[in-house]
Amino acid sequence: MPRLASDGEFHGPSIDEFFPEILFTVAGIPVHRIHLVQLLSVIVVVLLLVLGTRRMKVVPGRFQSVVEMGLDFVRGGIAHDLLGRKDGNRFLPILTTIFFMTLFMNITGIIPFLNIAGTSIAAVPLTLALVSYVTFIYAGIKKSPGGFFKNALFPSGVPWPVYFIVTPIEFLSTFIIRPVTLMLRLLMNMVVGHMLLVLCFAATQFFFFTAGGGWAALGIGTLAFGGAFTLFEILVAVLQAYVFTVLTAVYIQLAVAEEH
Amino acid sequence: MDATTVLAEINGHIAAVGYGLAAIGPAIGVGIVVGKTIEGVARQPELAGRLQVLMWIGIAFTEALAFVGIAVGFIPFP
Repeated sequence: MPRLASDGEFHGPSIDEFFPEILFTVAGIPVHRIHLVQLLSVIVVVLLLVLGTRRMKVVPGRFQSVVEMGLDFVRGGIAHDLLGRKDGNRFLPILTTIFFMTLFMNITGIIPFLNIAGTSIAAVPLTLALVSYVTFIYAGIKKSPGGFFKNALFPSGVPWPVYFIVTPIEFLSTFIIRPVTLMLRLLMNMVVGHMLLVLCFAATQFFFFTAGGGWAALGIGTLAFGGAFTLFEILVAVLQAYVFTVLTAVYIQLAVAEEH
Repeated sequence: MDATTVLAEINGHIAAVGYGLAAIGPAIGVGIVVGKTIEGVARQPELAGRLQVLMWIGIAFTEALAFVGIAVGFIPFP
């Protein structure tokens, strides 16, 4: 959102950034620009993965090896590392999907002219968190229904009166706090990152063109900060995709773990 | 200018103060997690990869509290 300080005062970013005006409606569903960004990133990730793995060669070309590196990172670095080879392969499709979807929707936050992360409205992180939630509960119930709930709610090795305190806490932390924090972590990282970038660049624009004069020196500072935060946002985008996938893998691992 | 006037002149969002308070704990926590990981890697460099994964998981759990702190500011209380 370009923020012209027409009345000569500085306007910082607000939460309205994430509720832009509705562009058009499709079958009664209102569509705004963040939805279009999400659609675009989905198209890009599907195209990249399909084109990258369509005609695979034993000796990969440059493009194929980049795609293979990404896929192998999820398989070797996350799935096999945390879940082992057998369970890792079972849950590889969902982990790969979560990783690439999150990564490509995060990275739109720093791409010029898109400038907003697809994951910065609650719907996408919420959906991903629900997928992760259903997956780890499914994994646990599939393994052994009794064992899963016993491990989750009644951890062994404590005297039985302690269960009156431990069980409600474990229930809260496993079945409520886990999905909520998965969603909040991703959403808030993206919201805050966008706010910081808007603040830096809106201040730069204000110092250069509205305040002018000596203020322009400050504008150079805020521009440099904006640049630094852009680099930081790339790191955050990759890191949050990684963290989301790793946490999903860890929750699955805890669910399928043997009784201890 | 007496104290009450000064107080009355402070404006802004009280949620910012709340977030500042909420960030103290996770800040210390993340510091401890990373510091201990560095210590561990210095002692046993061959475990660096495994420790890094654990470090990210630890950071993710710890910083979640800070993000809850941000989110609460946006909840409209009646």
